[in-house]
Amino acid sequence: MSPLHIKKGSTKHSAYNLRPTFSDVQETHTIAVLVDNEAGVLARVIGLFSGRGYNIDSLTVAEVDHEGHRSRITIVTTGTPQVIEQIKAQLGRIVPVHEVHDLTVEGPSVERELALLKVANQGEKRVEALRLADIFRANVVDSTLESFVFQITGTPDKIDAFADLMRPLGLVELARTGVAALSRGVGSTA
Amino acid sequence: MVVQALKDQGVDVVFGYPGGAVLPIYDEIFQQNDIRHILVRHEQGAVHAAEGYARATGKPGVVLVTSGPGATNAVTGLTDALMDSIPIVVLTGQVPTFMIGSDAFQEADTVGITRPCTKHNWLVKDTARLSGIIHEAFHVATSGRPGPVLIDIPKDVQFATDDYTPKTKATVSHYQPQLKGDMDTITELVEAIERAERPIFYTGGGVINSGPAASQLLRELVEATGFPITSTLMGLGAYPASGDKWLGMLGMHGLYEANLAMHDCDLMINVGARFDDRITGRIDAFSPKSKKAHIDIDPSSINKVIKTDMPIIGDVGHVLEDVLKVWKARGRKVNREGLAKWWARIEEWRAVDCLGFKPSPKTIKPQHALARLEALTKDRKDRFICTEVGQHQMWAAQYMGFEDPNHWMTSGGLGTMGYGFPASIGVQMGHPDALVINVAGEASWLMNMQEMGTAVQYRLPVKQFILNNERLGMVRQWQELLHGERYSHSWSEALPDFVKLAEAFGAKGILCTDPADLDDAIMEMVNHDGPVIFDCLVEKHENCFPMIPSGEPHNKMLLGEASTKDAIGSKGAVLV
Ligand SMILES: Cc1cc2nc3c(=O)[nH]c(=O)nc-3n(C[C@H](O)[C@H](O)[C@H](O)COP(=O)(O)OP(=O)(O)OC[C@H]3O[C@@H](n4cnc5c(N)ncnc54)[C@H](O)[C@@H]3O)c2cc1C
Ligand SMILES: Cc1ncc(C[n+]2csc(CCOP(=O)(O)OP(=O)(O)O)c2C)c(N)n1
Repeated sequence: MSPLHIKKGSTKHSAYNLRPTFSDVQETHTIAVLVDNEAGVLARVIGLFSGRGYNIDSLTVAEVDHEGHRSRITIVTTGTPQVIEQIKAQLGRIVPVHEVHDLTVEGPSVERELALLKVANQGEKRVEALRLADIFRANVVDSTLESFVFQITGTPDKIDAFADLMRPLGLVELARTGVAALSRGVGSTA
Repeated sequence: MVVQALKDQGVDVVFGYPGGAVLPIYDEIFQQNDIRHILVRHEQGAVHAAEGYARATGKPGVVLVTSGPGATNAVTGLTDALMDSIPIVVLTGQVPTFMIGSDAFQEADTVGITRPCTKHNWLVKDTARLSGIIHEAFHVATSGRPGPVLIDIPKDVQFATDDYTPKTKATVSHYQPQLKGDMDTITELVEAIERAERPIFYTGGGVINSGPAASQLLRELVEATGFPITSTLMGLGAYPASGDKWLGMLGMHGLYEANLAMHDCDLMINVGARFDDRITGRIDAFSPKSKKAHIDIDPSSINKVIKTDMPIIGDVGHVLEDVLKVWKARGRKVNREGLAKWWARIEEWRAVDCLGFKPSPKTIKPQHALARLEALTKDRKDRFICTEVGQHQMWAAQYMGFEDPNHWMTSGGLGTMGYGFPASIGVQMGHPDALVINVAGEASWLMNMQEMGTAVQYRLPVKQFILNNERLGMVRQWQELLHGERYSHSWSEALPDFVKLAEAFGAKGILCTDPADLDDAIMEMVNHDGPVIFDCLVEKHENCFPMIPSGEPHNKMLLGEASTKDAIGSKGAVLV
């Protein structure tokens, strides 16, 4: 039951697992895509998702190899197993895409996201916000007498939980980076 | 530089239309004689012509058009080529780099507009990269699953000079699709071939894409195993229609025996076809009893629609070669007893004679016209048939026989009315002495009729065989079956006199209305040395059968004589 693993021009094996791909269960997967950092490549990836009606829960992108002009796009997406397989195969067809990795099935991985939260409050609420920030290991990166900006990193769940707690305490604005992810252990995905 | 790169790629013909943003390239073309430029009359025509040329020759078709409207006019052709996996390279002019984004005259975001309808596209901002990108573009268009690519070249980049990168020095792209199939799965397939009681080959455009050698291997495998074979619209000719294992086309308007065999088989071997919805009908009722093998070069085709038991990613030619090798090495076994029973059942289905029709002494039945065209031209090995889109297209697929690959060009995936005429021009450019016939409906044909000027200018003797029912026949048929015979806007009240139209362009026109004159008229068309418009007035209300109504399984097929009232349930009516 090997997961789909497209490495263009290199794999000898047909890469299809025979999981019950046509089930209706919705799964969330984190997919890492290594691409040439050329004009329009992000538009191709996003256009693929909108054109074929796939979901994007989160997307991050940045150049990770300045000399080789490679970017890493991390996409969190939700769909049936068949849709997830299609997404990976469709991503693999895009010419500037070098590798597609499904971190969710390729073994254990770590996922982190960074968020900035602006909380405006006074008195008791201010104290409570600080106390919770401490528990969540969030840092204060800006403060006035009536507000804080917290920086927090963690899994998307942790950020959700923190944001939920901050809401009654005066959450004004929330900015999230989206998920970055790597496989655990010595091996490299890319 | 552009012309040099094209020459390096072995290009000998370009279909194009000039404009301000491509004048430097046109100037280069003017000063050489190796590449022939064919001036079309509309950029859509250029792209379809290039598609026809590519399909008929196996070489990529090349198009050159200007920025803005030139590029947007090419969009339909690009989408058509993407859907049907046709390799073409389109060069578009663009406003100079320093004016991009300023809403300059005839500026359009060509790479943005064409991103979803090309396999890949490039905006070249640096002359030093131009020749390398052109070589890369040919590589991408022709390797793996073929498709259209586009290179957008700003005018200042065309004017500037820089070092030329020859084809041999161009950096090898990382884009190298896998050609060889997985041997374990191939062995699994061979085991299934040995055991199968009710096998069938379901072949498609991928066999044609893979090249003539793949068709040869397919023929060898079919003959050696004795398995029945059917094909999609796109794969006609890979196995000869005269072969005794041939069941005819399958699908919505496919043959009864082909569809029933697909429905009842126990082993389906899909060779380069993509389980299109014209084939599968209702997915949950599609061939319920079979194990399915799927050979396809594009991983995304596998499990896209139908779950496959034996997926083999690779090129048809390479995979079939391995299948044959393994099968022979294991002793060429098949289940003879099972096969004999299977063929006996197929013969029963064949006996239904689903393509039977009653010719009329008074009006020309479209089926009859095509049967006669077939009878009178089938001996010509150099006969190429193009079609437009509609009933006539399906009748051509049903009533004409294709003996060789690359002799049949039709718009399958996008179903583009207006494809056939320009495509026939492209085919004729690739095969100047061949008999090239475009089987057309009058409505489709009018969509790109301006290309008559091209045919006449370049003395391309293309034959436009128009089955004129004065109706948008296919639409009319659906309205009859699905919309209570309310014929909303499915006929034209002001059709031209096609004979006069031909004459106005300086070509020959032939009108045929009487079945008795048909043979002579067809021969007159075939023997005329020049382009012909053949206006064949046919029965106006003929329906195209067999037909699997939308949303129904294969074994719920409508045959000609059967009652067609209420054949399509309300759920099927929303499908197209
Ligand atoms: C009005 C109308 C009615 C139609 N009715 C029917 C009908 O009744 N029956 C019918 O069959 N069609 C019909 N069609 C056509 C239909 O819409 C599809 O275009 C057609 O069925 C698709 O053919 P295909 O599966 O062979 O795929 P293609 O579109 O030809 O795709 C080829 C497949 O092969 C793969 N491939 C490409 N190159 C290679 C290679 N070298 N090696 C391995 N694999 C490769 C590709 O990845 C792709 O999956 C109709 C069209 C119209 C307009
Ligand atoms: C560009 C385009 N527009 C609309 C359609 C929808 N359509 C499919 S078949 C058809 C009628 C074709 O009529 P005609 O060319 O006369 O052929 P017939 O069906 O009568 O043989 C139409 C309108 C299409 N396929 N392509």
